[in-house]
Amino acid sequence: MESTRKDDVVKFENVGLRYGLGPEVLRDVSFNLRAGSFHFLTGPSGAGKSSLLKLMYLAHRPSRGLISLFGRDIATAKRNSLPAVRRKIGVVFQGFHLLEHLTAFDNVALPLRVAGTRESDIKRHVEELLSWVGLKSHMDARPPTLSGGQQQRVAIARAIITQPDILLADEPTGNVDDAMGFRLLRLFEELNRLGTTVIVATHSRALIDRLGYPTMSLENGELTKLPSNEGGLSNV
Amino acid sequence: MFNQRTDLPLHKDPSNRFLPWLIAFMIYLATLATAGVMALDGLLSHWQAGVTHTLTVQISPNASEKKTEQVLSASLNLLNRTHGIAHAKAVPHSEIMTLLEPWLGVSDTVESLPLPILIDVELLDGVQINMERLLKDLKKIEPSASIDDHSVWLERVIRLTQSIQILAAAILGFIGFATIGTLIFTTRVGLAVHHSVIEVLHLIGAKDSYIARQFANHALGLGLKGGMIGIALAGPTLLGLGYLSSRLEGMLLPDVTLTWIQWGGLAMLPVLTAFFASITARLTVLGTLKRMT
Repeated sequence: MESTRKDDVVKFENVGLRYGLGPEVLRDVSFNLRAGSFHFLTGPSGAGKSSLLKLMYLAHRPSRGLISLFGRDIATAKRNSLPAVRRKIGVVFQGFHLLEHLTAFDNVALPLRVAGTRESDIKRHVEELLSWVGLKSHMDARPPTLSGGQQQRVAIARAIITQPDILLADEPTGNVDDAMGFRLLRLFEELNRLGTTVIVATHSRALIDRLGYPTMSLENGELTKLPSNEGGLSNV
Repeated sequence: MFNQRTDLPLHKDPSNRFLPWLIAFMIYLATLATAGVMALDGLLSHWQAGVTHTLTVQISPNASEKKTEQVLSASLNLLNRTHGIAHAKAVPHSEIMTLLEPWLGVSDTVESLPLPILIDVELLDGVQINMERLLKDLKKIEPSASIDDHSVWLERVIRLTQSIQILAAAILGFIGFATIGTLIFTTRVGLAVHHSVIEVLHLIGAKDSYIARQFANHALGLGLKGGMIGIALAGPTLLGLGYLSSRLEGMLLPDVTLTWIQWGGLAMLPVLTAFFASITARLTVLGTLKRMT
């Protein structure tokens, strides 16, 4: 069992997850993540990486165990208290989950509008970020007219527009070339330097080796490599 | 209002095509029913005002014309002296014949019929008359005298009018329930259709109220649109009915046209409907999302 620290933003204790009556896709997952840490989440396909991220961005509640985000017990939290927690978490979904009827600009603006930000501020922030990810000329384009890589960049821009406390990314560089993938991860690093806790689920060994951040590994729904809270690696 | 930006593609829903027309139809019926209630109310007040200040005294004809004249004179004398009576006058024979003309026609035989003497009595405002005593005094002059204060007729008319008003109110209620039921159904369909978008909105931190507001604003727009179509169709219908009733006016009905205030009330129906549509959509969304995990 990991010891709890004051600056832990994510804490899992013996967490299990099953969908319906199916088998457990996550079993006895326990770990803590310190605020401002950067981790890669690796593991073979079907190991439970996406399910673990879903628990972290509150798409599902665990079947058992305790989850605490920002020091708050999430497993038993009331439904109406979850939006405030979700606003602190930016997510790059594996399937992007962009709203096809909205423009790239409006997709990126969505978290700010949900949070009640003024339109003048929204315009400034969104234009700046879309320029940064190389989509300034595609602000009015709708997702179906964008390439996979462009959609991915819109999804990333939407995830980080609010400068979230936690950034969860599920294969965020899968559809972009190496140069753009590296550029996007530098953006994550920049956010991390500003205090955002980053977890990136990826298969890319090259990316992990290049950036050198600690990894968490999942196999058959169990954590086989715990996160390092000191910057180094800790094996189970 | 209609072009308000939404994160949900509600403007593409199939219900956008039929819902305004359904609301328009409901508003059309509701406007006619409400106008009917208002017109009946006016009619009833008019009748009440017309008969509560009058009495009719009826005296059977006497064999001798001279005796009849004496009875009439004595009766008028008594009535005009009675406290609370403003004025009493005999209904002229020609007027009685005019009243009977639609049923009996015009002929010498009708002219020779022994018709009762009718006396129209106008009462003073706010003065109570002792009817029993008045009738007793009249009977001293002529035992066949009787007084009709129209209470039986008025009671029947009031009962009939109230029954029609209750029926109209029930129709309004049914219209309201049908509209609300349709709105709940279409809102739930909308929630199911846009489930994936709503999920994304939730995951980026949208509260249920944020999503409900979008449905509510959309329903408000549709309600206003449908309401305006409905009132635009109901207006000419009401004016047409008013014109037809005014042509009957001289024969059967008093003025049954609506006042400006009543027209104003009817014009508020689309606004009220849009407001209730908005509230219904909002509560439906909040209720449905609350049941989701």
